[in-house]
Amino acid sequence: MSNKVNPYGSAPTHHMLSVLVQNRPGVLARVASLFARRGYNIFSLAVAPTEQDDFSRITIVVDVESAPLEQIVKQLFKLIEVVRISELSPSQAVERELMVATVRASAKERGDVVELTNVFEGKILSVGADAVIVSLDGSPEKLDDFAELLRQYGIIESQRTGRVALPKLDRVVKTSTSKGKAS
Amino acid sequence: MTSNRKSNNHKEGEKITGAQALIRGLEMENVEVMFGLPGGCILPAYDPLIESSIRHILVRHEQGAGHMAEGYAHVTGRPGVAMVTSGPAATNMVTPLCDAYMDSIPMVAITGQVGTSAIGTDAFQECDTVGITRSITKHNDLVMSAEDLPMAIRQAFHIATTGRPGPVLIDVPKDVLQNTMSWNWPSQDEVEDSLPGYKPNTKGHARMIKEAAHLILRAEKPILYVGGGVLKARAASALRELAEMLQIPVVTTLMARGAFPDNHPLCLGMPGMHGTATAITAMQKSDLLIALGARFDDRVTGRVNSFAPEAKIIHVDIDPAEQGKVRKPDVPIVGDCRLVIEAMIEALRDLLQGGEKQADLTTWRSRVSGWREQFPLAYEPSEPGEALKPQFCLEKLRDAAPEGTILVSGVGQHQMWSSQYWNFNEPYTWVNSGGLGTMGFSIPAAIGAKVGRPDKTVWAIDGDGCFQMTAQELVTASLERIPIKVGILNNSYLGMVRQWQEMFYEERYSEVYLSPDLPDFVKWAEAMGCVGIRVDDPSEVESAIDRANSINDRPVVVDFRVDAREKVFPMVAAGQSNDDVLLPPMQSSRREFLR
Ligand SMILES: Cc1ncc(C[n+]2csc(CCOP(=O)(O)OP(=O)(O)O)c2C)c(N)n1
Repeated sequence: MSNKVNPYGSAPTHHMLSVLVQNRPGVLARVASLFARRGYNIFSLAVAPTEQDDFSRITIVVDVESAPLEQIVKQLFKLIEVVRISELSPSQAVERELMVATVRASAKERGDVVELTNVFEGKILSVGADAVIVSLDGSPEKLDDFAELLRQYGIIESQRTGRVALPKLDRVVKTSTSKGKAS
Repeated sequence: MTSNRKSNNHKEGEKITGAQALIRGLEMENVEVMFGLPGGCILPAYDPLIESSIRHILVRHEQGAGHMAEGYAHVTGRPGVAMVTSGPAATNMVTPLCDAYMDSIPMVAITGQVGTSAIGTDAFQECDTVGITRSITKHNDLVMSAEDLPMAIRQAFHIATTGRPGPVLIDVPKDVLQNTMSWNWPSQDEVEDSLPGYKPNTKGHARMIKEAAHLILRAEKPILYVGGGVLKARAASALRELAEMLQIPVVTTLMARGAFPDNHPLCLGMPGMHGTATAITAMQKSDLLIALGARFDDRVTGRVNSFAPEAKIIHVDIDPAEQGKVRKPDVPIVGDCRLVIEAMIEALRDLLQGGEKQADLTTWRSRVSGWREQFPLAYEPSEPGEALKPQFCLEKLRDAAPEGTILVSGVGQHQMWSSQYWNFNEPYTWVNSGGLGTMGFSIPAAIGAKVGRPDKTVWAIDGDGCFQMTAQELVTASLERIPIKVGILNNSYLGMVRQWQEMFYEERYSEVYLSPDLPDFVKWAEAMGCVGIRVDDPSEVESAIDRANSINDRPVVVDFRVDAREKVFPMVAAGQSNDDVLLPPMQSSRREFLR
């Protein structure tokens, strides 16, 4: 994974691939080792089963500067268990991400943190003497904003899931289907 | 590639062991021969082999099994099969798997694995075979249940032989071999349905093919840049038809030697680092490269940004990832080379019949023939009593070779001279390790080739360095009565490395000197059941070759003691432009003719 700052913004060098794979042992390792072996950078990665038991969907945010996107997609397609790859641009996709953060909050500040969380429609998951754990799901940008505002209280630790995405319903999505795929 | 498989005479649901299912599955895939060596985890599979119709060749090192499978696949077009045990045996297979992956050789490797309950415990002879080989196989699979074995075998052969061919590995835990399963043999449809993400596109896009045809007719300086994919697609005769129809000159890469006859007037030989000056220059000056099953390897292009600067590119390849990987094509065509070339010929015919005219190639062809006359392959010959020249040995071997002889080489100077000085006039007569450049390839690969084509003479040309990496397989060859012939071009050096140190490291020779006398190759050959012949003087070459050619009941090893100072020319130094090809010394004064 790259350690560049702000990997969550929609900088044009980042691209999102939604990769439908056969749900078989080792398939994630295959995808990850392909990226490592060919020198492609992954910004974030989310994997989960889909509506069909036999398939999983991997949402990968890639650093396109590390290689032409076309080459990344073609190499991914060569993996036998990769069934379909959709390239999702942020304008054509619905994206969601989840963040959980432990925020410093003395009894005095707690109300402010709770209020901020409510404004963002987040949740308070746990309250301690001088910290609270909050969660928020939403677009990566919204999470960025929330994190930025929490920073003034002090984020003790936080974890984000990496984005998951599906194509928007009202737009035609540029989809590379299994047609033309080979070898 | 394997057509009509054996019909399933076995009862569905019959209770047999995983091991029996494995061997039966291989028989069903029409495997006639396999190469391997048993051990703990794979032991159960070696028991039903006793009753099997499959010939098993017991190797002396598992790397040999892999290269034999490759050699077999190279010359027959059928998948080579190797079977070894877990751990160290599986890691010994890593080099041949990577070699087969780089050169797109159809191969199925079966490795034993520790029992399913022991996986992940660092059990005796356990290694993560699937993990280790993931990036050097087209696909691999750890089979966790005996019931799954038939499908795993079907998938492996299907994947290895279709699309861009390559190696597939099946890792089978010991208990999976021992367990009972009910026999089943999936149909072709079931196999394809089980692989929803694998649908190789073989038929090229009609519009692209038409566009290519237009470009070809308009080109004034076209070159057919032919790679190994043409051989994989069995497209040699289609290629010949295309070249002759429009009189377009042809270069054949190291992986494609023999795809177009060297003795054909349109053949310019091999391009690349040690290609002919004509092939290199013709590509540089070309206005259209028609790349067929070639991958713009750095050894062919030289410095990429100065490669064929004026050329438009038509790139035909079955692997879409090859297109645009190195050089962006003007017309990409994804498909099987034979089908696409045939469709291209059709499209060209249509255009010509419709009144379109081909550009005049006379100037181009006469320029090309001018280069060919000025810059033939050349070396300084030696007189009797003087040092023996490796190129001379190859010329004599070539001239004495029975028709259809298969040449197999190791990696180094001898490999380049073999490719240069032999005349490859038929496809599937040249076997070498191109992509990975594996020293030690030739002896086992030659054995595999001879097993695949027992009707043909098989010569392995090896370096003294390479020979010492896998020579023990000659014991296998003797015992199994596989009478290959080996010519060692013995320069007592790691010659190719020596050449680089001479040219690019001011003759500072570092760890490249082997020994002229150790080992004694003749005695070693004899100890392995072969006939050993030593040749020191140019005058002895012909009789030694005649003697070797006359022996057909055992392997022969000829130790040619050649001049260590000889270098391979032409040469484009690594990372340099193909415009800066270094010519053999006696031609360098003529440089300016290369325009
Ligand atoms: C397994 C392996 N190790 C190292 C190399 C690097 N290498 C390429 S050519 C060569 C020298 C080969 O020497 P030899 O077999 O004597 O052949 P020659 O070049 O003298 O004809 C070496 C060491 C290689 N290609 N493969």
